[in-house]
Amino acid sequence: MTTSAATALPEPNYLSAGWTLRSWLLTKDHKRIAILYMVSVTLFFVLGGLFAFLARLELLTPAGDMVTADVYNRLFTMHGVIMVFFFLIPSVPAVLGNFLVPLMIGAKDLAFPRINLLSWYLFMIGGTITVVAILFGGVDTGWTFYTPYSTVYSNSHVVLTVIGVFINGFSSILTGLNFIVTIHRMRAPGLTWFRLPLFIWAHYATSLIMILGTPVVAITLLLVAVERLLHLGIFDPALGGDPVLFQHLFWFYSHPAVYIMILPSMGVISELIAAFARKKVFGYHFVAFASIAIAIIGFLVWGHHMFVSGQSIYAGLVFSVLSMLVAIPSAVKVFNWTATLHQGSISRETPMLYALGFIGLFTIGGLTGVMLATAGIDVHVHDTYFVVAHFHYIMVGGAIMGYLGGLHYWWPKITGRLYPRFWSKISALLVFVGFNLTFFPQFILGYLGMPRRYWSYPEEFQVLNVLSTAGATILGVGYVFPLVYLLYSLKRGAAAGDNPWGAAGLEWQTTSPPPTFNFEEEPVVTGGPYDFSNVKEALFDE
Amino acid sequence: MSSVSADHGPRHHPALAHHFEDLEQQKEASSFGMWVFLVTEIMFFGGLFCAYLIYRRANFAAFAEASATLDITLGAFNTAVLIGSSLTMALAVWSAQMSRRKLVVLFLLATFVLGGVFLGVKVVEYGHKFHEHHVPGRHFEWNDEATEAGAEMFVSLYFAMTGLHASHMVVGMALILFLLVPAWRGRYGRDYYNPIECFGLYWHFVDIVWIFLFPLLYLIGRHGVPGAH
Amino acid sequence: MTDHVVSRKIYLLVFLALMVGTAITVWVAFFDLGAANDAIMLTIAVVKATLVVLFFMHVRYSGRLIALTVGSGILFLLILLALALSDYVTRGWVALGR
Repeated sequence: MTTSAATALPEPNYLSAGWTLRSWLLTKDHKRIAILYMVSVTLFFVLGGLFAFLARLELLTPAGDMVTADVYNRLFTMHGVIMVFFFLIPSVPAVLGNFLVPLMIGAKDLAFPRINLLSWYLFMIGGTITVVAILFGGVDTGWTFYTPYSTVYSNSHVVLTVIGVFINGFSSILTGLNFIVTIHRMRAPGLTWFRLPLFIWAHYATSLIMILGTPVVAITLLLVAVERLLHLGIFDPALGGDPVLFQHLFWFYSHPAVYIMILPSMGVISELIAAFARKKVFGYHFVAFASIAIAIIGFLVWGHHMFVSGQSIYAGLVFSVLSMLVAIPSAVKVFNWTATLHQGSISRETPMLYALGFIGLFTIGGLTGVMLATAGIDVHVHDTYFVVAHFHYIMVGGAIMGYLGGLHYWWPKITGRLYPRFWSKISALLVFVGFNLTFFPQFILGYLGMPRRYWSYPEEFQVLNVLSTAGATILGVGYVFPLVYLLYSLKRGAAAGDNPWGAAGLEWQTTSPPPTFNFEEEPVVTGGPYDFSNVKEALFDE
Repeated sequence: MSSVSADHGPRHHPALAHHFEDLEQQKEASSFGMWVFLVTEIMFFGGLFCAYLIYRRANFAAFAEASATLDITLGAFNTAVLIGSSLTMALAVWSAQMSRRKLVVLFLLATFVLGGVFLGVKVVEYGHKFHEHHVPGRHFEWNDEATEAGAEMFVSLYFAMTGLHASHMVVGMALILFLLVPAWRGRYGRDYYNPIECFGLYWHFVDIVWIFLFPLLYLIGRHGVPGAH
Repeated sequence: MTDHVVSRKIYLLVFLALMVGTAITVWVAFFDLGAANDAIMLTIAVVKATLVVLFFMHVRYSGRLIALTVGSGILFLLILLALALSDYVTRGWVALGR
């Protein structure tokens, strides 16, 4: 435990640089923009979580007795739309990426600070429009907006929601653009590509996907809105249109989108494993290239969402094989993280707990992904809870654990404060237990044949559903705890100092919180990342 | 702004932003940034090209028939106009690199005028289409039942693709207006002409989209199709 | 600044090439050459686009990074087109069991 009772933070720092609303809302400082995002994605997370919780409450009983089927359709749709577009896609890149990318490469800011701020405003505008759509009754098409239901038959607020998502897409594109240019053009002297932290490689790969994929879903959603408003027939079979074409265009982005959601968290995990095993990541080059490989191969597999859509069997075969291929770089990362742990000086700090949880849960999610890529299996479990469990293992057991781990790791740097470590470990435990209790039963349910997006189900599935809802409750509590103690730490936490974890990395060589322009003097890099030889010990003795 | 201020050299160029080392880095960053943005535009239009190719393959006869109703003279004229505007834009960049202030303004204005001509012709073409009821949706009318669905699909794609293209031109022309005032004041010269260069990249891209749109939309099966002119 | 300044002569030559290309494209459209019609028109369009990219957009005189960026944009567009079309083109190739 730290003996320092000092709560005074180093001055001047980016937080104390201005206290007015204007200084926040018109900031060009990437660190402040990261905080703006942090607050807003948290709000969206709570909203998305609320919808999930309501759906899970309905599923406590086999009969559809809490809400009508129509309302249930809206609940799971809004859960999906908000979680995917307004939480998972922005969370790690827009919060941790925005804060850390310039720091990690020794730059004063991102390449385009005003575009960065614009990014946040687009996110907020898109999010607000979507919330307005919710207030008017929401959408019932599923977050996938399949046609012709979304364009012709649905009586819900498709156009409004789709516009909100469309605008948000540009937020994502601008973030990716900013990261790519920054990483290429603004690295500190001596910081060659292979001296970059793996967090940077992961965000670079993510940005490639944002740039190449997002515009396609943007034009597709635009077409959905136009079709719905003007009664065109682009996706409507009654007018000669092809609903499968919608699926091609939609999944061309939405599959790579899942890599947008997981790659940044993988970048976080690389940092956490290195820091808390106090050892450089095993096979650095392999992990770096694996990020790029995931990004590229990820664009070649989208048809695995369409095995039963009427897509040609031959194309399905090709997509199936390519989908198996994309698992390989992810596996490489898991092996390398594990190898890093071997003979490392392991610490049981909270960020490490999240990282270890990630490795296990992501592996399960990834392996079930390979099962789904096998077309013969997918035919049986498509649109069942098996798929739901698979992607929640990756998105929640993987991506969100990465986000929370990163938040707990860099919180001292971002705020200058230490949080209560005991409660943070309790939370991590609750999240891990709650998560598994929620989603493991869903693998079984799906395998037994329970369809997804259904609000009632046969009696024999009730026990598993009750377990799942119980787990969701525990998970929810686990998520509330950090909200409380992290906010508490802002007022009562001890000052963290420059480097409380004894970690390597340029971000730890400046004050906590950093000054507005990040470094007193521009750093010059002379060696690779994860070099612990010159770093002092951590504050804590775990 | 925080009290920690970046250290400026004695000859700090007014256009240099604080977080960049020097004008060179800033220029490299802005050009590269514009190119990355253009990649997103390639994919944005790309979705429509994908839909177009798939439906053309499925409805070739109808597409040919519908394409023949477009005015090839106006289309070819517009293609020439846009190519001309790319020339004037390239010359605007050249003028900035040569610090020829008045030429910069002249060529920007020429680009603007040519863009305006293009859009004017498009208004005329859209007018024809509305008049003939070749508009997608409830008011579509077509005299050949066999090709009606395919023709409406063509018309939907025609308006979607040329409409998206035209809206990019409108944005471009608005941006030219924003460049004119600083250009007139001599802000762009040998040392700093990023905005002209970056805008030029955008304008040329919009030209390239049209280079593909023209043959794909106007010239399907022109030979031997009744009514082709 | 030591940026390469492209000469006005080159710009003019490119402009003329683009105009000639357009004229040929229109002229060819009126002859029935079967599949060659599309092939010729697209080839000319690609050549025109290449000229604009290399000379008007200065890629000929920019570094490897810019060339790579343009290339990846084109590559991923082709991936979208090719893989999506591959579905439609191969439907019915593999007969399902009776």
